Amino acid sequence: MTTKEQKSKAYMNPYLAGVLLGIILLMAYFVSGRGLGASGAIKSAIVTTVDAVAPAHAEKASYFSDYKEAHPKPMKAWLVFEMLGVLVGGFLSGALSGRLKLKVEHSPKITSKRRLIFALIGGVLFGFGSQLGRGCTSGSALSGMAVLSLGGFISMAAIFGTGYALAYFVRKNWI
Amino acid sequence: MGPLVANEIITTDTNLVFAFLIGIGFGFVLEGAGFSSSRKLAGVFYGYDTVVLKVFFTAAITAMIGLLFLSLFGWIDLSLIYINPTFLYSAIAGGVIMGAGFILGGFCPGTSFCGASIGKIDAMVFIVGLILGIFIFGEGYPLWEDFYKAKFLGIPKISEFMGIKDGLMALIIVLVAFGMFWIGEWAEKKFPREEY
Repeated sequence: MTTKEQKSKAYMNPYLAGVLLGIILLMAYFVSGRGLGASGAIKSAIVTTVDAVAPAHAEKASYFSDYKEAHPKPMKAWLVFEMLGVLVGGFLSGALSGRLKLKVEHSPKITSKRRLIFALIGGVLFGFGSQLGRGCTSGSALSGMAVLSLGGFISMAAIFGTGYALAYFVRKNWI
Repeated sequence: MGPLVANEIITTDTNLVFAFLIGIGFGFVLEGAGFSSSRKLAGVFYGYDTVVLKVFFTAAITAMIGLLFLSLFGWIDLSLIYINPTFLYSAIAGGVIMGAGFILGGFCPGTSFCGASIGKIDAMVFIVGLILGIFIFGEGYPLWEDFYKAKFLGIPKISEFMGIKDGLMALIIVLVAFGMFWIGEWAEKKFPREEY
């Protein structure tokens, strides 16, 4: 193994990363009175886009128009700024560790095409589920657990429980 | 004192600056821990890499204990914190659908942005899927609006649900988390993989 490969493999100790992430989550609560999130930022972007492209339609779609009413400027939202930060932070970490590379990551047993098809299907399901469940892994499960929210624990159990229940059937994709 | 924005110690615009800074920290730690790699993330479901379990639960218990102590010292007013309301049916169904998305797609929303930030094309495609999924939910909303709003439980805490104090609940969760770390370490030895 060359030095460069060794360097690119060097991930942070997971428990240290967990403590740091916990402190960041704690800061979000202390400063902003809310937890971390992700899917909500995409929702803001979609509401803004639908409103710009087809305002009459956005008015009729009550899920979007209700959101627009509660948040008149959807892009000036906490989660939008936070997720822009995630892109910057992820990029900085990747740059410092020599991991910046355009590629499709997949098991050697499957093709890139298969990986991308599954990524798309997975994304559609996760996006849909995050709206139904009122938040994703970060917004509902992680942030909810930190404040002892029953809903956060239900989300966590349902997400990971289903992952384990289905893991056997798609094992070829990963192992 | 805290939350700073709710107590008007900082303005809502300054709050957005903090959102950006907090996001940078969030993305930096996720990427640094390896959450930009779908194969590392999926490892938790097969035992060969349980980084998800370790980071996720360490973060949850760190923040949980931190909030309890800040509240104990009177440094944060927990009643001013936003907590997601619990709607039982949609929480379970949403979680099940997200779990299926996780094992098929290999990311969750936060980690897909993290993966995309370092050039993972599979993460970018996952984000396209997220956009479609959220759009479909919004477009078909009348079809599942009743289900979405069914079985509203308010904003219950797990400690209230179990009928015990927050501190004792936190202690139990910490002990459960340590048990899971032990299982995680065991699984990585039992189902090792050299290259992925």
